[in-house]
Amino acid sequence: MSKHQINPNKWIDLYSDYLFNYTISRVSDREIAQDLVQDTFLAGLKSMKNFKGEASERTWLISILKRKIIDHYRKINSKKGKAEVRISYNDDSETEGDWLEERVADPYDKTAEDTLQNAELGNAIHNCLGKLPEKQADVFKMKTIQGFETEIICNELNITASNLWVIIHRARTAMADCLKENWF
Amino acid sequence: MPCDEANHVCNKTQYKEATLWEKIKLNIHLIYCRACRKYTKNNTKLTKKIKESKVECLDKKCKKHMKKNLQKAIREHSI
Repeated sequence: MSKHQINPNKWIDLYSDYLFNYTISRVSDREIAQDLVQDTFLAGLKSMKNFKGEASERTWLISILKRKIIDHYRKINSKKGKAEVRISYNDDSETEGDWLEERVADPYDKTAEDTLQNAELGNAIHNCLGKLPEKQADVFKMKTIQGFETEIICNELNITASNLWVIIHRARTAMADCLKENWF
Repeated sequence: MPCDEANHVCNKTQYKEATLWEKIKLNIHLIYCRACRKYTKNNTKLTKKIKESKVECLDKKCKKHMKKNLQKAIREHSI
């Protein structure tokens, strides 16, 4: 008996944003990320019988996606030459010890750490978005993440502007509550 | 300015859609209203965090396209 069920019909609605966000923080190209997410769903469908229900559907899909991302990097790396690492230590007495300074971590270079933290924050945001009712999540995403104008969203979803602001208000309150524990 | 209006202006401010006069009125309201001060604080933080995270999501057209491909694959799979 498995605890988790699998249902590919719901995958896009439930997980595509999460997987996409996961991918884009690792490949930083929208088109490639989209392709990788699509590939992941198709691969997941093919190997559905291997899903044992031990992990959640999302975790299972992420594990497929991880392999897809690695494959992607393998492919582009085999085209290039192998990366070369060269460290030279100086022998002459004049520059002796200079390398020490080069090896010390640069306190101003925090990009790696920041990227990592941003990825975690991004995951947390998607988790919270997943808890919102679908309509609230849709409106919030369009307005806040994709940055559409109020008018465009209203036309697309067929709602009035005051409707939109009520939805935004509820979504923002729920999002702030959800993120408060770990991130505020 | 009543509280619900203050919250509405605060929401609009997060998307840079509030007018100057609205912002002035909001700030006057915030001087004496503790609940709205708290709301404004959390709301601003939320905006900041989302900006920081550089969170991304797929647009509707792309999702639709993905759905179509996946549905097709599901049909083929079940045959």
